[in-house]
Amino acid sequence: MKLRTFGLFLRQAALSLWRNAWMSLAAAISVAVTLFILGTFVLLILNINFIANTLQSSVEIAAFLEVDAPRSEARALQERLKNFPGIADVVLVTKEEGLKTLAQQFGSEEELLKATGGVNPLPDYLRIKVQDPAQIGEIAQAVQSMPGVDEVNYGQAVVERLLAVVRWVRYLGAGIVVLLGAGSLLLLMITIRLAVYARRREINIMKYVGATDWFIRWPFLLEGFFLGLLGGALAAAAVAAGYSSLVNKISLSLVFVPLLRDGYILWYSGLGLTAGGAAIGAAGSLLAVHRFLKV
Amino acid sequence: MSKTTLRGCFFVSSLEVGEGLVQFFNVTKVYNQNIYALKDVSVKIDKGEFVFLVGPSGAGKTTFIRLLFREELPTKGQIIVAGRSITRLRPREIPLLRRNIGVIFQDFRLLPDRTVYENVAFALQVVEAPPREIKARVEEVLAQVGLLSKAHLFPHQLSGGEQQRTAIARAIVNRPRILMADEPTGNLDPATSREIMSLLLEINRLGTTVIMATHAWDIVNTLKRRVIALDKGRLVRDDREGVYGYEA
Repeated sequence: MKLRTFGLFLRQAALSLWRNAWMSLAAAISVAVTLFILGTFVLLILNINFIANTLQSSVEIAAFLEVDAPRSEARALQERLKNFPGIADVVLVTKEEGLKTLAQQFGSEEELLKATGGVNPLPDYLRIKVQDPAQIGEIAQAVQSMPGVDEVNYGQAVVERLLAVVRWVRYLGAGIVVLLGAGSLLLLMITIRLAVYARRREINIMKYVGATDWFIRWPFLLEGFFLGLLGGALAAAAVAAGYSSLVNKISLSLVFVPLLRDGYILWYSGLGLTAGGAAIGAAGSLLAVHRFLKV
Repeated sequence: MSKTTLRGCFFVSSLEVGEGLVQFFNVTKVYNQNIYALKDVSVKIDKGEFVFLVGPSGAGKTTFIRLLFREELPTKGQIIVAGRSITRLRPREIPLLRRNIGVIFQDFRLLPDRTVYENVAFALQVVEAPPREIKARVEEVLAQVGLLSKAHLFPHQLSGGEQQRTAIARAIVNRPRILMADEPTGNLDPATSREIMSLLLEINRLGTTVIMATHAWDIVNTLKRRVIALDKGRLVRDDREGVYGYEA
């Protein structure tokens, strides 16, 4: 295709957008609304993922040793576990330290000791951080079977529920993203189809004088591309503005909730929405024109 | 040879006057399994001929034109244009065929929102001709059909005859080898019809093969050109210097 011809296509697309200005604007806004919802969902899912990952990475295994196990044995086990595959770090919490922590929560050490007849009833225990939270169950089982280990606790139910929730959110999110994507595609297709329908005579005559299918498609493709681009850009701007202000509000009131705050996430989602809008627009026009080319 | 013609070089072959430009071999077209639009039609049209296609409504004239234009494929048989089978064309070759066949209709089919000049230039833009060539060629063709002074007018500002002349200008601007006319005088008064006919004869004199479907018996009888008569899809008559009629 010659550059001159591309110029002709651009002029035709611009002319058509201008002639149907209200229709074009309505289509761009509809796409923007759909993509805005889509963008909001993507950010929501990314944040839920982020929160889940943060929570998961803070989950630890507590391996309680037998009460009468000598300290040397505890240290040997600690060293052994540090080299165990899948384990990131192991910290030994002695029974004395354990008592101190307990005392901070429930009064003084003396009172606790008085209640237990002067004997520290706590065992030494090892706090184990794993590399991959999904493997925590297996590692906990392996640790449980080691000599000198009395009991292992890692909040099994909580971790498993968390993992299940994350998995569901991912599936649901992917489904919603696909549905909304298809929705915007359909929306643009219908709009462009109206424009194509209005120009079906012209298309017919173009075919009669020997225009190739691509010669006919290009102006419509560009029209859809620009409508999608505009819709995507509007959605990106709205998502960016909304997200920034929301994150600021949440981080003031709910300090402990970890949220994605880096600027890059807005850049990426903005770029994704704009490019996605343009791609959906172009694809929608191709589909819309298809039927009218059969002459 | 100009670029416009080069772009249509797909069908440029060294045919001499008198050689078969269009050939139908036992062509049958069936719609909906049992409606025969054309039945076993074989015909040869030479380069430079002027042919009338006559027959009552529903005889198959329009189907004949649609097949030749590759809007439809025959159910059976073979159609050859300039030595090439058009039934075996790949989809991307169809536009190249159409650039070699101009076509005009009873209802003119002009774009209402474009001027006479733009309507004609459109056919050259489609084949990506350079702007300078477009201007020169459009002016040349508009002069040929006598509309140069009305180039800036829109179709609704023209008479029926002028609209048909614009359509003819658009059809020949690409220098096609064949001009097909489907009832070109159907909407025009006798005087205007005569104008259009003399224009078509002039185009034919310059070397373009003209195939014209018509009900205008007076025109056919006056001009005494070749007449191909169709009735109920069958070719019933093919006379060198015929008169109107479709009785076998």
